[in-house]
Amino acid sequence: MCLAVPLKLIEIEGNDGVAERDGITRSVRLDFIKEPRLGDYVIVHAGFAIERLNEAQALADIEAAKEIEDELRKLCV
Amino acid sequence: MNSESSVYKLMEVCGTHTMAIARAGIRQLLPQNVRLISGPGCPVCVTDQSELDAVLDLSMEKDVIIAGYGDMLRVPGSTRGDSLARRKSLGARVEIVFSPVDAIGIAQREPDKQVVFLGIGFETTAPGTAMAVKLAKERGVENFSVLCLLKRVEPVLRGLAKDPDFDIDGFLCPGHVAVITGADSFGFIPRELGLPAVVSGFEPEDLIRSCSMLLSQIREGRAELENQYKRAVTSEGNLLALKTMEEVLEPSDCRFRGMGTVPLGGFSIKPEYRKFDAKARFGLEYKDVPEPAGCRCGLVIQGKIEPAGCPLFGRVCTPADPVGPCMVSSEGSCAAAYKYSWEE
Amino acid sequence: MEDIITLDYGSGGKKTSSLIEETILPLLGNPALDELGDGAVVEGAEKLVFSTDSFVVSPYFFPGGDIGKLSVCGTVNDVAMQGGIPKYLSLGLIIEEGLPAEHLKRIIGSVSRTAEEAGVRVVTGDTKVVEKGMGDGIFINTSGIGVLACPGLSPKNIRPGDKVIVSGTIGDHGTAVMLARNPDLVKGDLKSDCKPLNRLAQALYGLGEDLRVLRDPTRGGVATTLCEFVQGSGNCVILDESALPVSPKVMSACDILGLDPLYCANEGKLLAVVAPERAADALALLKDIPGGEDAAVIGEITDAHPGKVLVKTRFGALRILAKLAGAQLPRIC
Repeated sequence: MCLAVPLKLIEIEGNDGVAERDGITRSVRLDFIKEPRLGDYVIVHAGFAIERLNEAQALADIEAAKEIEDELRKLCV
Repeated sequence: MNSESSVYKLMEVCGTHTMAIARAGIRQLLPQNVRLISGPGCPVCVTDQSELDAVLDLSMEKDVIIAGYGDMLRVPGSTRGDSLARRKSLGARVEIVFSPVDAIGIAQREPDKQVVFLGIGFETTAPGTAMAVKLAKERGVENFSVLCLLKRVEPVLRGLAKDPDFDIDGFLCPGHVAVITGADSFGFIPRELGLPAVVSGFEPEDLIRSCSMLLSQIREGRAELENQYKRAVTSEGNLLALKTMEEVLEPSDCRFRGMGTVPLGGFSIKPEYRKFDAKARFGLEYKDVPEPAGCRCGLVIQGKIEPAGCPLFGRVCTPADPVGPCMVSSEGSCAAAYKYSWEE
Repeated sequence: MEDIITLDYGSGGKKTSSLIEETILPLLGNPALDELGDGAVVEGAEKLVFSTDSFVVSPYFFPGGDIGKLSVCGTVNDVAMQGGIPKYLSLGLIIEEGLPAEHLKRIIGSVSRTAEEAGVRVVTGDTKVVEKGMGDGIFINTSGIGVLACPGLSPKNIRPGDKVIVSGTIGDHGTAVMLARNPDLVKGDLKSDCKPLNRLAQALYGLGEDLRVLRDPTRGGVATTLCEFVQGSGNCVILDESALPVSPKVMSACDILGLDPLYCANEGKLLAVVAPERAADALALLKDIPGGEDAAVIGEITDAHPGKVLVKTRFGALRILAKLAGAQLPRIC
């Protein structure tokens, strides 16, 4: 029950906000984000932003994803 | 862990992991001696059929609108073919929503109807559901209530580990549950069960990396908690979300399909918010109902058999005409297997 | 078959197939109908292609089109997919009491403009009005007649080695309508791809027997149409996931709503199966025509897994693409 998508916050009004990706926008609740800021990337699940993405870590993960061939090799036990 | 065994069994307990793994074909990328098993991670699948029957009956009441996620529409109760989709064709008002807050909106637009939101999910969904109860109370939306069918992951895992047949070598932990409860909430797995645990994200790369981390631990004889999903999961979790859950919900004993009662396996709504508790409002009772004949969802959910190990799989039980929820729920193991796998 | 007709029976998936096979064919079956092609090839002075389609889309105005435009495209395209050059349409309207006249005018205007674009004429029609609550604004049926120009198109022609081509991006219509249905939830500049396909189709008729079959992947999407191509045969489709043309907007909308673009309806795209040595020609012909710019080879036919449609993922793993039981439901899980 965990389908959640990372989206960028483009509007904030109290506990309501709008987040977007590729021009598609979605209204989101921000009750669970401490001090949300425009431009934050949040993970949205069932209409609620459940966490802010750690940008540095996200970038590191994207880099790591490029090494997927190595990971596939490491899978052999 | 049986060190003589040449087969390593990894279990995931998240329906979205089940689907993501099947979709990316991860099982084909793993070595032959590594098996990925789906555990009770699909919140729809583990909902007891007696609770679904109560929902189906409620849907036929005049002036009741059932609001729920799309996943719920085709799940059968204890009678084959009976589902919210069928009841809708018979006149029930059933609305698909993408968020519990949407359901409050429906209630506000239709003040002479009773809107019942089906609160299904694990801890990822619990905070939003709890917040909906709070918002309804704050806004005085009296014709709104929540049927709390929320479940908790930890008690289920503990219950599984107690089973004498339990034979898992490592756990992939649900990444979005961990966003809420914190990576540390899965620390009991290495500490008390002596097994490796990796909190995993949902992209194919995340899953591959997590499996790799688990297998490294197994190879090196370690049993630790690792967090692969650091971009979203902190050690302590989302404190704001946990606070809201604490205000509205309390852990309670809960029936899991095929597993019987799991102590503190679910959530119920606290007395302060009982006014918005649909179970109380409608005086719902859950009658003891047997599994449909031949249905092995209970065993599949616990990871004791693979979907193909159920004699009904693909023959009698198909997505078009499911016997049990594992086949129809969008995250059910059987649905994933039917949809994405095939016999070579 | 169940004892009541539920929404799933209209979704284009397995339940629709069972309704056709269990209720309709036994009572109405005849050689032309039994083929279950997009159009029926029938005898007349010349060989004619005859097709019908009904339109119940809600909302009836959506970004990129409306029910009027759709009702012309749907039938024109079915005739074209069966190898016919569409000529004449009938137009049946079932209007719900209370429909604003202005809306009807707009819809008929769309019918007129689209018919002109497609080079067809509406030559007969009918109008009925039903009581409030008995219809969803307006329902339309169109039937179309065309002259057969490319005979023999059929999934039966498909053989191992053939290539599968799509004329452009997938999932556009389905997601645009989904957004239009949930305007407060998700917004985006997504437009239906609704358009007549007869020019694109005719561009391929010149391939003769090297063009095996054409079909427009409407209800149920590309996945369902490909399943129909190979089910019950010795053929199998292997799709290349990274070759599927999907616009980023559509992908994001699908991710947010929990949909799969492979199962979303398309109303302005065609799927063609062609002989492998003509695939490059087919692509060039399509790209030369407005609407075909994003044409791509998306898969091939083998006999490795008879009757199945498989997708090769980025990592080389294969997963199956099944026909849906009923309508695609938005997922939250």
